[in-house]
Amino acid sequence: MINPDAKLSAKIFADYIEKSATRDGFGRGVVEAGKNDSRVVVLCADVSESVRAEQFKKEFPERFVEMGVAEQNMAAVASGMAAAGKIPFTTSYAVFNPGRNYEHIRTTIAINKMPVKICGMHGGVSVGADGATHQMLEDIGMMRALPGMTVIVPGDAEEARKAVLAVAKTDVPTYLRFGREVTPTFTTPETQFSIGKALTLWDSDNPKVAILSTGSLSYTALEAARALADEGIESIVLHIPTVKPLDEEAILAAAKRASRVVTIEEHQIAGGFGSAIAEFLSEHNPVPIKRVGMNDQFGQSGTAEELLKHYGLDALHIAETIRAFIAV
Amino acid sequence: MNLTEEKVCKLEAYAQLIRETSIKMLVASGSGHTAGPLGMADIFAALYFHILNHNPKNPEWDKRDRLVLSNGHICPAMYAAMAHAGYFTVEECLTLRKFGSRLQGHPERSRLPGIENTSGALGEGLSQAAGMVYAFHMDGKKQRIYCIMSDGEQEEGSTWEAAMFIGKNKLSNLTAILDRNNIQISGRTEDVMPLDPLADKYRAFNWNVIEADGNNISEFIQAVDDARNISDKPTIIIAHTIPGKGVQEIENDYRWHGKVPTAEEGERFLKEIRHD
Repeated sequence: MINPDAKLSAKIFADYIEKSATRDGFGRGVVEAGKNDSRVVVLCADVSESVRAEQFKKEFPERFVEMGVAEQNMAAVASGMAAAGKIPFTTSYAVFNPGRNYEHIRTTIAINKMPVKICGMHGGVSVGADGATHQMLEDIGMMRALPGMTVIVPGDAEEARKAVLAVAKTDVPTYLRFGREVTPTFTTPETQFSIGKALTLWDSDNPKVAILSTGSLSYTALEAARALADEGIESIVLHIPTVKPLDEEAILAAAKRASRVVTIEEHQIAGGFGSAIAEFLSEHNPVPIKRVGMNDQFGQSGTAEELLKHYGLDALHIAETIRAFIAV
Repeated sequence: MNLTEEKVCKLEAYAQLIRETSIKMLVASGSGHTAGPLGMADIFAALYFHILNHNPKNPEWDKRDRLVLSNGHICPAMYAAMAHAGYFTVEECLTLRKFGSRLQGHPERSRLPGIENTSGALGEGLSQAAGMVYAFHMDGKKQRIYCIMSDGEQEEGSTWEAAMFIGKNKLSNLTAILDRNNIQISGRTEDVMPLDPLADKYRAFNWNVIEADGNNISEFIQAVDDARNISDKPTIIIAHTIPGKGVQEIENDYRWHGKVPTAEEGERFLKEIRHD
C-alpha cells in the first residue's frame, strides 16, 4: 500500500493526477532560489526555453548568462563565477552538459571543488522524437564516478523544485538530471525531500521484492507495484532521487526485508543507478538483483510512450520483468 | 605604474631567481617541463613583484587581482615566483611533484593557497578567468584578472569559445597573456598546427591585441599598463618569448618542452643563468 508518511498526491492513481515535466520543476525552483539568494546565477547554452530558464531570465536578466552553443566554456565559466562567489547553475541538454563538457567539469569543477550546479535536461530515452543523439543515457554513470560529486535525479516536478532549492544551499558540486516529458506529480509540497534521503512510496507486510527506482520512472514502479499487489505479490517501492550519496540505511533495510531487489532507471544499466545499488549491496548485503534500464543500446525516434514501452520501461513490462525475476 | 630603471633591474634579478629555483625544482622532481618556465620567468617576475595587487601573507584577500594560469604545466616558474614573494618557503619548492606536496605537478587550487584555479588540462583557464571577471563585473568589483595561456592551447576549441564569450561581453578587466614561444610538446607549433595570424584571429573576436617581447620586462609592463587603459574590450598581450630562455643550449628547442635537466645539466644551466 501507499506509504502515508510520504504524503503523496491524493490523486495518486487517478487519470487526472497533475502532470508536469521535471524541467518545469527546475524552472520554478531556480526562480525561487534566485529570490532567496542573490548569488544564484543561471548559465545557458542557447536553450533557455527548453531548459525552462526563461522565467529566471525574465525576473533576473542581469543574473542570466547566455553562453551560446558552447557547453565546455559554460562549465569553466561557471567554475570561475563560483570562485568569485556566485552559485552558478549551468543548463543545457544532458548529452552536452555533462556529455560534451565532461573533462571541463572534471578539472574545473570537480577537482577544483567548485559548487557549480550542473543541470542536464532531456535525460533518458523519453526525450522522444529527437532520437538517439539527444537522449542521454550515460550521464548518471559519468557523474557519479567523479569524486565529491552529488548526483540527483528528481522523480517529479515538485521534487525537482525542492531539489533545486536544496542544492542552491550546498557548497559542493552537484549534478541534477531532469526530463523533457510531462510525468505524474506524485509528491506534494508536504512530501519531505533531503539530499541523500530515499522515500518509501509503497510498502507491504511481507515484501517479496524491493523495487528501487530513480527519476520519474519511480511513478511507473509504483504502478507496477500496485498491479503486482492485485495478484498478491507484495513489494516495497523505494524512490531514490539522490544517486550519490546513496541512502545506504534505507536501501539496506529494504534489501533485508525483501531479499530481492529490482532497480529501475532511464539510463544504461551499466554504470548507472542500478550499478550503484548493486555495488553497494554486493558488499553489504548480497541479494539477487535485477537491473531494469537500457541494455547496452541507444534509443531512437518515437513518442516517449512508444519508446518506454519498446525498451521495457513501462509499468506492464516492469511488472512482467519482476514476475519473472521472483519466479526464479 | 612607476617603473624606474632601478626597479627594472630588481625585477630582472627576480626573474633570474625564478629561473634558478625552477631548475632546482625540476632537477629535484625528475619530471616536468623546462622550456616554458624559463621562457616565462620574466613575466612571472613582473606579475608577482610589480603588477599584481596581492598579499602573499593573506592569499584569500578579497580585493586581490586574480592570476589564472591556464597552461598549468609551466607551474614551476609560478611556484618559484610565489615562494620568492613570500607565499611559502623557497625550500618547499623542492617538494614539487612529490607525494604529499602542496606543489602538485599541475596546480590544484584546493591544495595551495594563492592558486586561483586547478589547471593542466589545456584550454580551460581563459573560461575560468572569464567567469571571474564576469562575476566581479556583476558586483561592481574592480580588480583585474590576468590569464596566462600557452600558444599550443590555442589549438583547443574551447579556448575560442571563451574568446568569443569574452569579446561579446567586452570584459575589459581581463588581460590575457599568451606565451608565444612557438613550441609545443611534439614540435614547432606551426608544424604541428599552424596558429598564425594569432593577432588577427583575436582582433576578429573583438579583442584589443598588443604584441610585446615577453622577455623584456619593461616592454611587457608597458603592455599591461596599456591594456589597463582600454575600457571597451578585453586585451590579449601576445608575449613573444624564447622557450628555455637563459640556457643557450636549450633555447628554442621543442624537445625541452616536456623534459627536465639531469643533475649534471642542472649545474651547468644554473651556472649560465647566474652568469658565473
